[in-house]
Amino acid sequence: MTLVVLGGGPAGLAAALELRRLDTHDVLVVEREGAAGGIPRHARHQGFGLRDLRRPMSGPAYARRYARLAAAAGVEIRTETMVTGWSPDGPLELTGPGGRELLTPDALILATGCRERPRSARLVPGSRPEGVMTTGTLQQLVYLKQRPVGERALVVGAEHVSFSALLTLAHGGARAVGMTTELPRHQSLRLFRAGTALRWRTPLWTRTAVTAIHGRPRVEEVELTDLDSGVTRSLKCDTVVFTGDWIPDNELAVMGGLAMDPGTRGPRVDAALRTSRAGVFAAGNLLHGAETADVAALSGRHAAAGAAATVRGGGWPEGTVPIECEPPLRWISPSAVAPRGGTPPRHRYLLRSQEFMRRAHVEVVQDGRSLWAGRLPKLVPGRSAGLSYSWAEAVDHAGGPVRVRLASHG
Amino acid sequence: MRERFDTDVAVVGGGVVGCAIARELSGFELRLTLLEAGPDVGAGTSKANTALLHTGFDAKPGTLEARLVARGYELLGAYAQRVGIPVERTGALLVAWNEEQVGELPGILERARANGHTDLRELGGDELYAREPSLAAGARGAIAVPGEGLVCPFTTPLAYATEAVLSGCDLRRSTPVTSASRLDGGGFRLATPAGELTARYLVNAAGLHSDELDRMLGHDGFTVTPRRGELIVFDKLARPLVQHIVLAVPTKVTKGVLIAPTVFGNVMLGPTADDVERKDDTESTRAGLDHLMAEGERIMPALVRHEVTAVYAGLRAATEHADYQLTVHAPQGYACVGGIRSTGLSASMAIAEHVREELGAGGLALEPKPGPPPEFRMPNIGERGERPHQRPELIERDDDYGRIVCFCERVTRGELRDALDGPLPAVDLDGLRRRTRAHMGRCQGFFCGAELAALVDEETR
Repeated sequence: MTLVVLGGGPAGLAAALELRRLDTHDVLVVEREGAAGGIPRHARHQGFGLRDLRRPMSGPAYARRYARLAAAAGVEIRTETMVTGWSPDGPLELTGPGGRELLTPDALILATGCRERPRSARLVPGSRPEGVMTTGTLQQLVYLKQRPVGERALVVGAEHVSFSALLTLAHGGARAVGMTTELPRHQSLRLFRAGTALRWRTPLWTRTAVTAIHGRPRVEEVELTDLDSGVTRSLKCDTVVFTGDWIPDNELAVMGGLAMDPGTRGPRVDAALRTSRAGVFAAGNLLHGAETADVAALSGRHAAAGAAATVRGGGWPEGTVPIECEPPLRWISPSAVAPRGGTPPRHRYLLRSQEFMRRAHVEVVQDGRSLWAGRLPKLVPGRSAGLSYSWAEAVDHAGGPVRVRLASHG
Repeated sequence: MRERFDTDVAVVGGGVVGCAIARELSGFELRLTLLEAGPDVGAGTSKANTALLHTGFDAKPGTLEARLVARGYELLGAYAQRVGIPVERTGALLVAWNEEQVGELPGILERARANGHTDLRELGGDELYAREPSLAAGARGAIAVPGEGLVCPFTTPLAYATEAVLSGCDLRRSTPVTSASRLDGGGFRLATPAGELTARYLVNAAGLHSDELDRMLGHDGFTVTPRRGELIVFDKLARPLVQHIVLAVPTKVTKGVLIAPTVFGNVMLGPTADDVERKDDTESTRAGLDHLMAEGERIMPALVRHEVTAVYAGLRAATEHADYQLTVHAPQGYACVGGIRSTGLSASMAIAEHVREELGAGGLALEPKPGPPPEFRMPNIGERGERPHQRPELIERDDDYGRIVCFCERVTRGELRDALDGPLPAVDLDGLRRRTRAHMGRCQGFFCGAELAALVDEETR
């Protein structure tokens, strides 16, 4: 029996560890980077490990700890190795310094993570100068390569990761001259915002879009537009960091023919994190863009439990019903309900909205029948709210899709 | 007499045309110098275009452009196969969306026949949708142009320049010509920041700046008005949507917006066509991108649902004339190769051949070098051909070809190392990108940007 985990970040390593804890099968983690650990390797701030390891630590310490635990548990981690081929009915093709290899695992967990949407995908016009990057590149430049990052930086976005970008810029010797968001307020914790305002006096410009980038060979200025008044102004800076707006790194999932969720852009999974393809699970931020590392790790652990049960002889469910969201709700995860599908990771569905809302009245319906209704205290774009899973048992598996919406909409 | 000059022939401009001319002349016993203002060859207009290998079916019959595109198509097709330039023969579909456009189709077929292209044919709606199922509803008919294809815009000038350099051409990058003059008794003096250079013969392939150089030498034949084209490149996941190059029925003003696969496995949407003031204004614009997305929505709505991987803009060297501005002043030993617009990539080898013949007829001694041309092969960066990471025997010999550094484009450490070495090494990240595809993919550096920056620094320091 071979169990393969694709991706050696928090979700993948936590899944591998759990697989080893639950049985004695061989577990192989395939990691394309030179070292396992994933994005925490270059996220130097504190706060990792609270929910999964029950102790706070920095990103790099957290990454090292997982890699060490996995190695000690007998997990084989193959670094510098990438899946270069997969098809809806074919084996996995791995490529690394040792050559090429084909694998047909008994169960597979995809944990390929997510990335930030870059400037080009946001269609921000202008020149294509040096100095435009994502937080991922910024962190690696500063922490892994000890390289300079410019002097005056604009941070685009005001999510959790945007505040991490501020820390990284400060560490790299750059001054954050401002932070913009197109939303009416920031999406992170009040504490982070207050801290950065005090420590670096970085202004936060809400309802503001970056509408052009100019300069050559390096960024010289950006055009900012006030979305309410339409007034534009220019800001001198030499670095622009596009933060957040995460998208799942879903290429493998698509290659493997997995059914995809249009809302999350990740593979569609049920509460046990089973995809549409027998024997294939998906976990962590591949499912929906960024949650914190500990949440991703717990998701990996959850998928491992399902994978272990499957290789012990559990079947693959039939009669799985999709869950769909109606705007302004953006996505829900997991987004399918299997018969006797069990509970989702951390005993909740994750629900995202594209608008800020307080005491939102949310309902879950199927074919006009209400399965659940209740109030969620707070919805913030880019952050997940927990939704009860109590209604899942009531789903009719011969019925239409389950719909999640604001009660006032219907 | 030769030694009166620093070089026999100076080619000014290392775009695809200048590189092709240098390659063409490098097969003869000549001292040859290629001057490029930018840090690399093929890094201006040549890198930012639609990268189509045109048959020239729609050129104006009887023009020099029509003749050279048709000839260049054959030459480049054969050369690409010999040295490993990625080419994909997808064919094109020129789609009519209304009655008026359907009415234009016979005229287009007629013009193609006048250009010697007899393999075009009209398709009805059913056959069109069978061939291109993701097209928006409502197309009325089309013309199939089987010969149209894609060619790698990065590898082509690099291959020409590589062959020229291997044959002894003195390539000087980052060497702009700041002034030029004719010498008494023949020949030319060129000033560059690195000093003066005298040449017996001069080829002006300065692209957007060819009119300025032409004027410095006392001519006044044309003025370049840069015409900007913005393009959007979609994610590789969109590639299965598109089978052919999807062309629009041209109007008097523009050839319209096309959708085409790229040799890298993406899908391209563009270009716009706007005259701009500055010869360095390669900025994309809100209006341009909005226009392209609207056109994409109209032609193939499924395409614009995909993530965008890259946006870029290039400048065509348009002039007030309809044809190429290619003049050889034989008594002076001066060839002006101006006004080479969108078709320059396809026509490049034929332009070079033409310039060589004209210079020869005008008195340039062309004695072929003994022996065969240099043996070399360009690293394949096309999606269709075999890449190094797909070759187990190569990985076994050198495991750096199994170490994938750029995940999105699957570029290995071995390829990056090669691109920073060899006869025509990359000197910056853009050069590395054009030689290997590194940093060209959907993450735009999220994963490998820092690694690549460090590598370039280390190797070029």
